Amino acid sequence: MKTRSPILVTLTMIVLIFMISPMLISITAAFLQQYSRGLSGGLTLDWVAHVFGQYGSTVTASILIATSCVIGNALIGVPCAYALARARGRWARSFEEMLTLPVAVPGLATGLALILTYGEWRDFRQSYAFILVGHMVFTLPFMVRTVSAAFQRAEIASIEEAARSLGAGFITRFLTVLVPVVLPSIVAGSLMVFTLSIGEFNLTWLLHTPLTRTLPVGLADSYASMRIEIGSAYTLMFFIVVLPLLWLLNLAATLTQKRYGT
Amino acid sequence: MELEQIALTAVACAKTYSDGTQGLKPTSLEISPGEIMTLLGPSGCGKTTLLRILAGLEMTDAGGQILFGDQDVTARPIEQRRVGMVFQHYALFPHMTVQRNIEYGLKVRGVDATIRQKKVGELIDLVRLGGLEHKRPAELSGGQKQRVALARAVAAGPRVLLLDEPLTALDTKLKEVLRDELAELLRRLGMTAVYVTHDQQEAMAIADRMAVMRAGEIIQVGDPESLYRQPKHTFVANFLGRVNILRRDLSHTQDGVLVLGAKIFRVPTHLGQELLVRPEDISIDYPQPDHARGVITQRSFRGDRIQLRVRIESQDPLVVDVSRDALFKQGDAVSVAFSPASFIRAKES
Repeated sequence: MKTRSPILVTLTMIVLIFMISPMLISITAAFLQQYSRGLSGGLTLDWVAHVFGQYGSTVTASILIATSCVIGNALIGVPCAYALARARGRWARSFEEMLTLPVAVPGLATGLALILTYGEWRDFRQSYAFILVGHMVFTLPFMVRTVSAAFQRAEIASIEEAARSLGAGFITRFLTVLVPVVLPSIVAGSLMVFTLSIGEFNLTWLLHTPLTRTLPVGLADSYASMRIEIGSAYTLMFFIVVLPLLWLLNLAATLTQKRYGT
Repeated sequence: MELEQIALTAVACAKTYSDGTQGLKPTSLEISPGEIMTLLGPSGCGKTTLLRILAGLEMTDAGGQILFGDQDVTARPIEQRRVGMVFQHYALFPHMTVQRNIEYGLKVRGVDATIRQKKVGELIDLVRLGGLEHKRPAELSGGQKQRVALARAVAAGPRVLLLDEPLTALDTKLKEVLRDELAELLRRLGMTAVYVTHDQQEAMAIADRMAVMRAGEIIQVGDPESLYRQPKHTFVANFLGRVNILRRDLSHTQDGVLVLGAKIFRVPTHLGQELLVRPEDISIDYPQPDHARGVITQRSFRGDRIQLRVRIESQDPLVVDVSRDALFKQGDAVSVAFSPASFIRAKES
């Protein structure tokens, strides 16, 4: 065993405490009768119940949007990533640059642009689909970049050539060889898309209506308009919902990597 | 296995890349039905480009033509050429078992499951992979992967077999074993095959004939033995094994002699000013009167032989191979002799 430097251990502990205490305090606050009186004021589950009652629907909405976002971006992003990886021209390069724009441009600007363009389509504007489109625009680059990098690997290029030499036309080799081979990257991209979509606030805040709220928008709403204990209970709900999901997705990613990794 | 032996012909195939560099100068090559041709050359000589053009992975520049038998396949992509190809790092499908890898080509062509099963079974026996049918590539050794790659390439009955440095990824010892095994397998398959390599030992072990390439063109084509014995270019002589170069001046060349110290060798004028001789064709002995003299400056034991470096007057040091039991030591004075017949007639280029 290597002996650890006590200074390093102390430093690490300090940084950890610094990072974790806000979360712990926020979570604890969710169970306090009255935040200002601390533990002496007594504990309660009222706030948590209140939040689940009033904002529970945002959980479903967020998960549905994030899932649709992953599926949609996989359907659009994987073929797009392939095309980008195989195209060598200047156009492909500049397209790749443009693809990262939604990441660099503030979400508010993207949101505004979407409202300016599609705001007149009332039904669309007032539905969750509008938020979904915003999320897809914002997260597509993450899927495309991740998967495109995989397609560009020399080893995958020669696997494709092998499939071609065996007589496989494009659709056949794309579905039976290429997609399975880059599956670990698709899963990694999906994980990123899902995470970004679940937590996205900037863009969503501009796109939402009182009837179409996601988890983070509800969080902002509760922070802004309710008592601090309710906001904290909301944070707790966020943890309860999001953490297990992320663990599950990570597990899935690890498993595919094991099974399909080259 | 049903067998189709066809000739493979490239006519004036060239490859110019978009940045203007010419990877392959207009090249023609004829490969007879059932012949194993190796393309041999240093990296960047265009051998892989030529193979990829034969395969249909790259298209030749306008004016080039590829014939499979009598059929012009120049415009066809690889999917429609019915070739079998083995890649440098095998390029096996990592998510499929050995069996699925091998049957992929048959499946793509819509071959019935029972026939597929039978065919895959035959191939697994042929390449001795019995018991490994349900393993994934990641669970196989390098040699096993290479055999799966070969079985996969031939499963769907290709008309020609193309191999792109299939042994590169293996370590030296295994490479030698598999090289001989592969040579034997290819002969058994009897298919017209093109084999790219940069390793002359490998090329000679595998080939019926070989084409030595340099800087985008074929320098010489022939069977391994005649290329080794009668290389037409210094480059070929050098690439297929070590050669010593002895230089003589113009007047000696015209007189048809080579003068080393006190010794005069008769060496015909037409062999030119630079004479090539292989290390194993030089004989050395303890100093004799009237012989060319030299001094051993280095002795290195190579197991099957001893390689000596001998310094002689007014020439570059010679590399000489002697029997492993020879008693020469570093610093010994020796006499050097060659039979005039052992000089290689090669054109400088």
